[in-house]
Amino acid sequence: MLSVQNLEVVYQDVILVLRGVSFEIPKGKIVSLLGSNGSGKTTVIRSITGLLDIQNGDITKGTISVDGEDITNFNPSKIVEKGIAQVLEGRRIFSELTVVENLRLGGHTNSQDIQSNIEKVLDMFPILKQRSKGEAGYLSGGEQQMLAIGRALMSDPSYLLLDEPSLGLAPKLVDQIADLIKEINEQGVTVLLVEQNANMALNVSDHGYIMETGNVVMDNPSEVLLKDEDVREFYLGLNPEGTKRKSFKDVKHYKRKKRWLS
Amino acid sequence: MTIFLQATVEGLSLAAIYSLVAIGFVLIYKSMDVLSFAQPALAVVGAGIISSLAVDRGIPFWLALILGIFLTGVLSLIIERTFLRPMVGEPVFSVAILTIGIDILLRTVLDSWIGINPRYLGDPFPTFGNFGAINVGGVNLKFLELTALVTAILIILILSVFFKRSKYGVAMRATSFDQEAALAQGINVGRIFGLAWFIAGILAAFAGFFITGGFNTLGQFSFLIALRALPAVVIGGLDSIPGAVVGSIIIGLTQGYVAYYQIPFENLIGFSLGSGFSLLAPYLIMFVILIFRPDGLFGTEEVERV
Ligand SMILES: Nc1ncnc2c1ncn2[C@@H]1O[C@H](COP(=O)(O)OP(=O)(O)OP(=O)(O)O)[C@@H](O)[C@H]1O
Ligand SMILES: [Mg+2]
Repeated sequence: MLSVQNLEVVYQDVILVLRGVSFEIPKGKIVSLLGSNGSGKTTVIRSITGLLDIQNGDITKGTISVDGEDITNFNPSKIVEKGIAQVLEGRRIFSELTVVENLRLGGHTNSQDIQSNIEKVLDMFPILKQRSKGEAGYLSGGEQQMLAIGRALMSDPSYLLLDEPSLGLAPKLVDQIADLIKEINEQGVTVLLVEQNANMALNVSDHGYIMETGNVVMDNPSEVLLKDEDVREFYLGLNPEGTKRKSFKDVKHYKRKKRWLS
Repeated sequence: MTIFLQATVEGLSLAAIYSLVAIGFVLIYKSMDVLSFAQPALAVVGAGIISSLAVDRGIPFWLALILGIFLTGVLSLIIERTFLRPMVGEPVFSVAILTIGIDILLRTVLDSWIGINPRYLGDPFPTFGNFGAINVGGVNLKFLELTALVTAILIILILSVFFKRSKYGVAMRATSFDQEAALAQGINVGRIFGLAWFIAGILAAFAGFFITGGFNTLGQFSFLIALRALPAVVIGGLDSIPGAVVGSIIIGLTQGYVAYYQIPFENLIGFSLGSGFSLLAPYLIMFVILIFRPDGLFGTEEVERV
């Protein structure tokens, strides 16, 4: 289990962006983390994977642990060695390097299995196999996302953290990514799925957390969230005809939840 | 024609020396966005270490050479760890000034060690053949120059294999392309910085040896030769290894041709360009190229300038 408890994060010593975030990713499950722009989802991932430092961010409170071991403030390479891999927001493939070189980099901490893992990943993505020697920058957006996911799998992770894998992809590709996430999970990888596409995320995940301005404001099994009126209105864009859009903060559900938390 | 060949060979062997220093400069720039003005100083310090091992301590020359080159790499690594690492994230300008400080420090220590008389490196090149040279069809080829040329070519080949095939070579390219994404793959970026400085130190020491070996000797002015790698890097573009090599070839050949053709040229135009013109010429070429290509011939456009 990957567990984040009461996490508080500050950028540049003054900008408080996470205000006590707690959530859990039980082994073998897919957990989604939803929230609008700037709510702090990427910051949560950075805190887990040790990438706050380079952004001039600090964990000022809280703990992160994996399978009972405290990994708060571990450096990025240590985190990867602990079996936690990530797909960065915006894919961030090394576009000047070839497809295979990108995969090799994903296996940087796992040298002994590199050749067999490259074959495994290329078998998983036949499109990448055809272009394995080509420069990764020439791949299409969807292919680049597959490469980013394949690259993360190269370290044989037990936990995979995905930051908005559906970003900028056509609906058909989003479905493909969703299937892929399920498939990866079925092979035994525990997944944290950060998304703005709540529909996709809730359909693949077991449990969902909703963030707003640095707080978790709601969490429930995904099928419950999918049916929740407020979630439908604010994240699935399914507001009933004629009703005015309110701020999520005005919603009773949210207030109730918050009182319960305090 | 003989003169032209002679000038070309000498120019290319200078180019070999410059490119060794210049590649080190580019490696550091690409890996950590630092303009290291200490590279030329590391070259002469490397020569100093070799000389001190081989001559003062009497260690057999070839062993002293290998040891000296390695120790210069280690020195470069230590400089990165102690001075540069704490500066990560500081403005490019301040870090560049810091490297100028390191350059001055290194040269001050070296110059006081050298003293008044130039130092030999204890190498056998002066005793090879006809005072260290052979004559091929009227062209005088110095063994040391030929060795510099061959060594530089070999080093460039080895580096290109390293960057293409080895785990850390690929990791260095990835880090220079996107540091955060490299971190996310579990690459220890600090180790990559150290590696870049280590390799740069080794390349500088090779250059230092070729500048000061044989009859050349190590004096307080040997540094000026290594310094000419800087216009070479600027011409090639700060972030391009092929650029560093091409820039070095341009500077080296310019210098070679100026050395042999300046006097006939002056007679032709009827006035003197001055005896220091061959030292000035590389910088003139640099200015002309920068007017047309502000980022150098191979440089990436958004490269920040100091
Ligand atoms: N490096 C940084 N320095 C300062 N502030 C930052 C930094 N990175 C993010 N922030 C701020 O922290 C807040 C949370 O940002 P974060 O990127 O975590 O949100 P997000 O939920 O991932 O948003 P999005 O859906 O747009 O990706 C935002 O207000 C953002 O402006
Ligand atoms: Mg984000």
